Amino acid sequence: MQLMRVLLVVLLALSSLSSNASVLPEDRLDVLYHQYEGGGMKINGPSVLVRKSFADKVAVHANYYVDEVSAASIDVLVSASPYSEERTEKSVGVDYLHGKAIYSLSYANSEENDFEANSVHFDMSQDFFGDLSTLSLGYSRGWDEVFRSGDDSFAEEADRQHFRIGFSQILSKNLRASLAHELITDEGYLNNPYRSVRYLTSPDSYSFEPERYPQTRTSEATALRLSYYLPWRAGLHGQYRVYNDSWGIDASSWQLKLIQPLGGRWTLESRYRVYEQGDADFYADLFPFQNAQNFLARDKELSEFSSTVVGVGIGFEFSKPNWETIDRAGLNLWVDRFSFDYDNYRDIRVSASPGSEPLYSFDATVTRLLFTLWY
Amino acid sequence: MMRSLVFSALLLAVALSSSGCAIKPWLKPYERSRLADPVMNASAHPVAESYMGHVHQARESMRGAEGGAGGGCGCN
Repeated sequence: MQLMRVLLVVLLALSSLSSNASVLPEDRLDVLYHQYEGGGMKINGPSVLVRKSFADKVAVHANYYVDEVSAASIDVLVSASPYSEERTEKSVGVDYLHGKAIYSLSYANSEENDFEANSVHFDMSQDFFGDLSTLSLGYSRGWDEVFRSGDDSFAEEADRQHFRIGFSQILSKNLRASLAHELITDEGYLNNPYRSVRYLTSPDSYSFEPERYPQTRTSEATALRLSYYLPWRAGLHGQYRVYNDSWGIDASSWQLKLIQPLGGRWTLESRYRVYEQGDADFYADLFPFQNAQNFLARDKELSEFSSTVVGVGIGFEFSKPNWETIDRAGLNLWVDRFSFDYDNYRDIRVSASPGSEPLYSFDATVTRLLFTLWY
Repeated sequence: MMRSLVFSALLLAVALSSSGCAIKPWLKPYERSRLADPVMNASAHPVAESYMGHVHQARESMRGAEGGAGGGCGCN
């Protein structure tokens, strides 16, 4: 009942705001080639996005995305054999502009040989206060199906819900700020069906048993973003994000990005990002004995670790007077270097007494090459 | 308690936005040329940004408030 009252007031607030014109996303065709290489993983593939608007009222978009995975990561090497697989994701969506409000609805499907995810997303945003402020609300619902290769009897499900709220404010001629908050709840099978934890069997040896995760997870993330126009025509973008969840994980990240035009056609981008997280309540690199507790995890994404990213990018835009339906074209290349350092996840490929192996760390390089046509 | 606070804050926002005596917008449309400059758009290429979001999300526990419509990455 309380929730209904809050929703009613939000809808009243949105409808009471005066209206002029917001803007739909640009008409464009993007063809991206992406590659991730590091830590024994190589993942690459294309992503194609098409956007088209009609009568300045409605815009539709479709995206086709592929990950070709060749996996020999530390997780895989210690408990399975290297493998290859393909993940494809398809999504379609529509944006509807009404006065100063934009309503967006989209659907996505992601498939791989042992996993399928379907999700729907609804978002709305409203400009007000002389177009200096924007309020946005969003909701997503997802349904996952989890399978296990080589075990036809295994089939599990998980449901996900996302609630988003955001507020963006122009503060001066040079400064824009935004605050976003998102709550996510998951329910169902949240494990990786292949991963194991290790436990001591004697002071000098250990064995493995399957991971066991809770059936629910609720998380909240809040992000503050600032964009500042520098006096020599460049954009400086800062972001700080904090996170916590019901599994006991606290995390935060900050990022600075500089977008610097070089002449009329070239653009140089650079970014630096730092990420830190604590471990989940039920994570351990080495459990003292079998079934040591109700929930067990040895997933390095649930361990305590930090990572940094240094990235650079260069872009070029061009057009020809005799292009009739095409406005302009662009080519962008970005290279990002990641470094991950784990604080309580050990590299058990190295022979040593249990619990004294070296801590794991690895570097990865992410390359993105993007061709765009605006029409 | 928290819900009634949120409810009161929203009521106040509605009252302010419809009363006509609130603070006036401090920038005219012609004063926003710098904010409209492409250098002020940190996510000018959605397909490239979305991919990088996926790279982060697949290797970190942190999720949500990414900035785009987000969700449904199916990356666990």
